Amino acid sequence: MYVAVKGGEKAIANAHALLAQRGSGKDARIGWRQVRDQMGVLISRVMAEGSLYDPDLAAKALLQAQGDVLEAVTLLRSYRTTLPRFGTTTPLDTSALPAERRISATFKDLPGGQQLGATFDYTHRLLADDLPTPQPPAAEATEEEVAMPRITDLLGVDALIEPDRPEGWSDPEPADLTREPTVYPMSRAERLQALARGDEGFLLSLGYSTQRGFGRTHPFAGEVRVGEVEVSFEAPELGFEVPIGRMEVTDCQMINQFVGSAEQPPQFTRGYGLVFGRGERKAMSMSLVDRALRAEEFGERQVSPAQDEEFVLSHADNVQATGFVEHLKLPHYVDFQGELVLLRQLRREFEERRELEERQESEQRRQAEQQDKKETAHG
Amino acid sequence: MPADAVSSDTAPPAADSPSAPPASASVGEPSIDERQRTARVLANAPLEELTELWENWPDPPEVQYLRGPEAGLVMVQGRTGGTGDRFNLGEATVTRATVLIRDAELGTDHTGTAYVLGSHPDHAGVAAIFDALLHSAQRPRVLSDVIEPLEQAQAQQEARRRAQARSTLVDFFTVARENAGPDDEEDAE
Repeated sequence: MYVAVKGGEKAIANAHALLAQRGSGKDARIGWRQVRDQMGVLISRVMAEGSLYDPDLAAKALLQAQGDVLEAVTLLRSYRTTLPRFGTTTPLDTSALPAERRISATFKDLPGGQQLGATFDYTHRLLADDLPTPQPPAAEATEEEVAMPRITDLLGVDALIEPDRPEGWSDPEPADLTREPTVYPMSRAERLQALARGDEGFLLSLGYSTQRGFGRTHPFAGEVRVGEVEVSFEAPELGFEVPIGRMEVTDCQMINQFVGSAEQPPQFTRGYGLVFGRGERKAMSMSLVDRALRAEEFGERQVSPAQDEEFVLSHADNVQATGFVEHLKLPHYVDFQGELVLLRQLRREFEERRELEERQESEQRRQAEQQDKKETAHG
Repeated sequence: MPADAVSSDTAPPAADSPSAPPASASVGEPSIDERQRTARVLANAPLEELTELWENWPDPPEVQYLRGPEAGLVMVQGRTGGTGDRFNLGEATVTRATVLIRDAELGTDHTGTAYVLGSHPDHAGVAAIFDALLHSAQRPRVLSDVIEPLEQAQAQQEARRRAQARSTLVDFFTVARENAGPDDEEDAE
């Protein structure tokens, strides 16, 4: 238990001044625009885990947090609580706009082609002194939009993969974890919301664990795409949906083996990942964990951490996790004092018990010796 | 069938009465398609260009902010697997504004509304003004001087980005075992 403390104002103010000084460095300050534009992947992570899409705010939060991702995430989470919610967007259509990056590990030749986009894949991972900015050769700028259908839709034609919309699908209203209490078991929609804002490192490790045999799901990266999608919103006063801008998202379709059951024929099953910004690792991890968490749905044995919904979802949120871990460093004096008193009492009782035992033992020994003496005397 | 083609297929399955056709609305009222088009152009426009266009606008009308510009959030939804159940992906900041413009000469009032992704009060403010102007007698000029040039610039930029991305189109070929000679690069599976 934590009991509040008072005082320390001066030391705290000085500590904050010292912190600000540590963050100011010796060279010119970095502008938030520079952070936003040159640290795009980091910005994406802060937005995804902060569950708030706003690259400008994420950049400012990162600067204020001196690069501490979780601190920046916490800043965004706190900020969002100060704003009213105008409503809910039209669901994003991730295949509507041509993606900047779109790859598939399952089909070599797919409609729209494999487009690498801006990727770290195939770089040599050699640390460089300078960062050159070569100009990519612009292909014919007049080129028409190329349709990039989802790989899962292609497989869906032959019913080789489970459909997104089963028979009798009614487009259920998703529950919102930020507004309703967490109750297990969750719907898949709620799980996806929790995973989308979950910690990248945690999900990466869990996803990795499923590959290493802790909840095997035999995954293939059916498709990974990164690109901007249009966001539309139906404002009540307008009465129809209007485009309000674009946002960059990463989408991952994981295709997994499924042997079938009494009711269902063998077919591929799916795990899905969708995150704000350029978050390929996170989207892939999310889709692995999403599939692992569907174990019950497919009647799979649940033996691994990644298949345990409550374990995964109640530990994926890094604001909660860091809050509980880091609160340990706050003054727990009263609490600790209580423990100290208890421990001293326990030790006193222990000593007393031991003394008593020792006394009894020596008493017994003495009696035994006397007995011995008597016997020898008689003998 | 042709009537409800306007609304996207992602709309909730509620009674889908087709929105009032543009003709039956008040005279000169732009259609929903048109309003979506102009909203898209205004929302995607760079703030500097929009501001400049508004500052140089000849005979600017009197502008009164009825609401905002104010910051808020929208919950962004995705669909499981791309097309399945909706789920809440996370929130996004959005700025909205509603303005009333008064044409001194004609003595007419027009309101305009804008929603813009991000925390950009100036952007939402100017976009709302142009939206109001689009409902006024100045509509043709807004279309020719603001919407069309911005739309073209956006299309060009989009084409450039697409072309750059297209330059990374890759054609992996599977390396066949044993018989793959150097000049026998077959695209075989």
